[in-house]
Amino acid sequence: MAVSKEILDKVALNEREYELIVQQLGREPTEVELGMFGSLWSEHCGYKHSKPLLKLLPSKGKHVLVSPGEENAGVIDIGDGQVVVMKMESHNHPSAIEPYQGAATGVGGIVRDIFTMGARPIALLNSLRFGTLTESHNRYLFNGVVGGIGAYGNCLGIPDVGGEVFFADCYSANPLVNGLCLGIAEKDKLVSAKASGAGNLLMLVGADTGRDGIHGASGLASRTFEDEQELRPTVQVGNPFLEKLLIEACLELAQTDWIVGMQDLGAAGLTSAVMESIARGGGGMEIDVNKVPRREENMTPYEVMLSESQERMLVIVKKGYEDKVEGLLDKWELRSDIIGQVTDSDLAIVKEGEKIVAQTPVNLLVSPPFYRLRAKKPSWLSELQSFDASTVPDVKPRQCNSTLLRLLASPNIASKERVYRQYDHQVMNNTVVFPGSDAAVLRIKGTKKGISLTTDGNGRYCYLDPFLGGVLAVAEAARNLVCSGAEPLAITDCLNFGNPEKNDVYYQLKECIKGMARACREMQIPVISGNVSLYNETKGEAIYPTPVIGMVGIVNDIHRYCTMSFKDEGDLVFLLGGPFSLKRRSGVRSQESKGLEASDSRLETNEDGLGGSEYLELVHGLVKGRPTIDLDLERRVQKLLLEAIRQGFVKAAHDCSEGGLAVAIAESCITGNVGFRGEDWRIVGRLDSVFFGEPHPSVIVSVSPKSIAKLNRIARRWRVPLTWLGKVGGKRLLIADSHQPKAYIDLPLGRAERAWRNGLKV
Amino acid sequence: MKFGIIVFPGTWSDQDCYYALHDILGQGADYIWHKETQLSGYDCIVLPGGFSYGDYLRVGAIARFSPIMSAVEQFAHDGGLVIGICNGFQILCEAGLLPGVLLPSSHLQYRCQWVNLSVENNHSSFSSKCDKKQVLRIPISHYEGNYYADELTLEELEANRQVVFRYSTLSGEISEDANPNGSLHNIAGVVNKEGNVLGMMPHPERACEPLLGSEDGNLIWESIIGCL
Repeated sequence: MAVSKEILDKVALNEREYELIVQQLGREPTEVELGMFGSLWSEHCGYKHSKPLLKLLPSKGKHVLVSPGEENAGVIDIGDGQVVVMKMESHNHPSAIEPYQGAATGVGGIVRDIFTMGARPIALLNSLRFGTLTESHNRYLFNGVVGGIGAYGNCLGIPDVGGEVFFADCYSANPLVNGLCLGIAEKDKLVSAKASGAGNLLMLVGADTGRDGIHGASGLASRTFEDEQELRPTVQVGNPFLEKLLIEACLELAQTDWIVGMQDLGAAGLTSAVMESIARGGGGMEIDVNKVPRREENMTPYEVMLSESQERMLVIVKKGYEDKVEGLLDKWELRSDIIGQVTDSDLAIVKEGEKIVAQTPVNLLVSPPFYRLRAKKPSWLSELQSFDASTVPDVKPRQCNSTLLRLLASPNIASKERVYRQYDHQVMNNTVVFPGSDAAVLRIKGTKKGISLTTDGNGRYCYLDPFLGGVLAVAEAARNLVCSGAEPLAITDCLNFGNPEKNDVYYQLKECIKGMARACREMQIPVISGNVSLYNETKGEAIYPTPVIGMVGIVNDIHRYCTMSFKDEGDLVFLLGGPFSLKRRSGVRSQESKGLEASDSRLETNEDGLGGSEYLELVHGLVKGRPTIDLDLERRVQKLLLEAIRQGFVKAAHDCSEGGLAVAIAESCITGNVGFRGEDWRIVGRLDSVFFGEPHPSVIVSVSPKSIAKLNRIARRWRVPLTWLGKVGGKRLLIADSHQPKAYIDLPLGRAERAWRNGLKV
Repeated sequence: MKFGIIVFPGTWSDQDCYYALHDILGQGADYIWHKETQLSGYDCIVLPGGFSYGDYLRVGAIARFSPIMSAVEQFAHDGGLVIGICNGFQILCEAGLLPGVLLPSSHLQYRCQWVNLSVENNHSSFSSKCDKKQVLRIPISHYEGNYYADELTLEELEANRQVVFRYSTLSGEISEDANPNGSLHNIAGVVNKEGNVLGMMPHPERACEPLLGSEDGNLIWESIIGCL
């Protein structure tokens, strides 16, 4: 073999892959070719370990126009001649090394994926995971990431409307930074990332090319790494102002008929941008690296082809229209250079002046080998799952107050306002429901519709049961949308896992995808785009397997959305779903409860909701058991809720997620600035399970007393258990059993609010 | 009535201003590219928010040299109404059309949130539809919004009643708690001595519809429309 192991490691190819390249080429690859193969065959660009599994996810549906892999982002039809373009992507590894620029350029990259298609980006969301903030390095990462996202997104004028932040030790030194961007376009103005038509020109637009980010795709994103500092030069530096100019210029170009396609330069820079667009077009290409404008001197062809300098676009210009395109770009003060052209061969030719430095079949470059690895259930998993709740003491009645306050102040549950107030979430004048509720709602100007957006994914659940974790990520994201009054339409996902070459990690990945696929089919929501981030480990320890689901839904009538905040005194609060066995109980006497046929206040649970709960970890220090979900009930709860919200009588709806029922009620009170009185609860069995367990699906809703009959009717039709919990009013949070001398929970609203608002200390 | 909305490279509230003025209030409105040098036929010029030139060097410092700014100065000199919002306010200060300067917020963070504004002077062309001491609910979204001027200038501003809006509590109290960025005298918006140029950090164009949480911004736009 003509190359050393050291060189192969640098481009992240193994010896067998190298031999395959030699065999297919019929010769040794040149240095430039080897670099191009390494990038394009990396996990990050080529999905060589994950693609066979990703095929399990349903990607077709009646609204779907573009499925995963076809273009830079997925597309769905939302009617009225408009489409939604959506994609989520990770920037975990760069953010671990240089949090501010890593997160900032993550925003830049995902935004480019959207406007590349001719869609105006109208919303950003972020799903973040960090180690606990008691460690100073984690605080540095957290502040850097939040600062970087804010700095880049705010400068672009794209609202950041939602997301999540979750903390667990396994993310120490390996934070997850997943960004979602959604854009909107006219259906007939969508631009493809296709380079076709021999003689058409390849034009590079935007920033000059430097040495930043070389080996980002093959190095950072596709391997585990030990010495972080050494990799710092592979993180790029962002220039959001330049990106803003690119957005406006490219969207103007999309309205013309001067171009064939557009493709942004992301991971693996020029190499992947040119190759992927040429492969879509089915032809060949020839470029001259000497025509690429540089910001550094003496760059080699290898460096030019692999640089990941930010804010660059490849525009495929129709021959003869180059002057017009250049004129438009000039107005935006953007540099543009023609670097090559589309050919009718099947070859990718890279020249340095007259000298050919790479010449390989296009098809070979974009066809990495795929691996099916062995999945093995880890031995430690069975032990974690065989958790017996009876070994854990129940919360005592007098501890309910303090336990609730502790949960509300847990950084995983506490208000994330200190994060999202640093992001502009209102620019563009579309944001109807702000960050902090179950899902964001944006109106679509010129129509009576809206869209709703959320991200969701519980790594702890997935760690304890990868299959159910996958199911739950999809189910909870959909539930968040439905709580906002939206019908779920499509998913974009980010799968954050450890090293797939390890059997147990591959098992997690496979089971999780199977779980997601199961939920997607059951709920008929297709996956239209996504990204896989593997090798998330430091010093051999993998993160929790963390699927993050980004989901978009449609709100038919923008005036019929819903939020989690309780509204008016006297409204009645009900639980939909839940694990609670319902038995008729006489003595539900209050005036408001007249007509409560299907509901009751007797709550009896099994212990299942404790597995994987925030309560179990926070109070008992245990990450054990399994999450629970009844998928068929989930579907019915969501059908019921959406129908009820669309009829307009649901005043508030809130998903019970981390922290369970008591936390959900408290959050609806705090954000609505009004209390709750549940005086007739009869709890049979464990208190902690009822108050803080996390059985899925559970949703609380509030309605006016005059709407009870309607709610009952719909609930009966969908066969969903409906439990009366109490009524909205006053300035206290009260949960009591009239047969007990003392209330379980009795707090002034202000105390609960202080715990919740100040829990996240940054 | 016709509004001219200036667009610098990096401006992003241009479309929001256009939507508020044209689609909601039914006024004429044009975008004006910063390379233009003429401003004729307009009743009011809007310098919208955003990050003109990426806020590089110093907020507003580069934009104030854009070709259009000479025309804006002339327009203001001739008594035309000019409103600068957020980055527009920063540019007007840099250009010397308004006194003072906008420093980074005292907490050193970007903040996007609703604030309450007390109308301190309802005799200006930008606030005549408001009641004296009326409290408006309008959002802010900035990092550099911390209004600073030397003591003499502040005294002059107060004596001439040039402070139009101050950050206040919901009940109209001007307190430190209600101040989102450390601005001296809780100043959120000021006019020049002549009263025809207003700069304000909050975004009235984001508060023009009940669906988005407030209609109070319309009082400012309607004041402008009403005085022409």
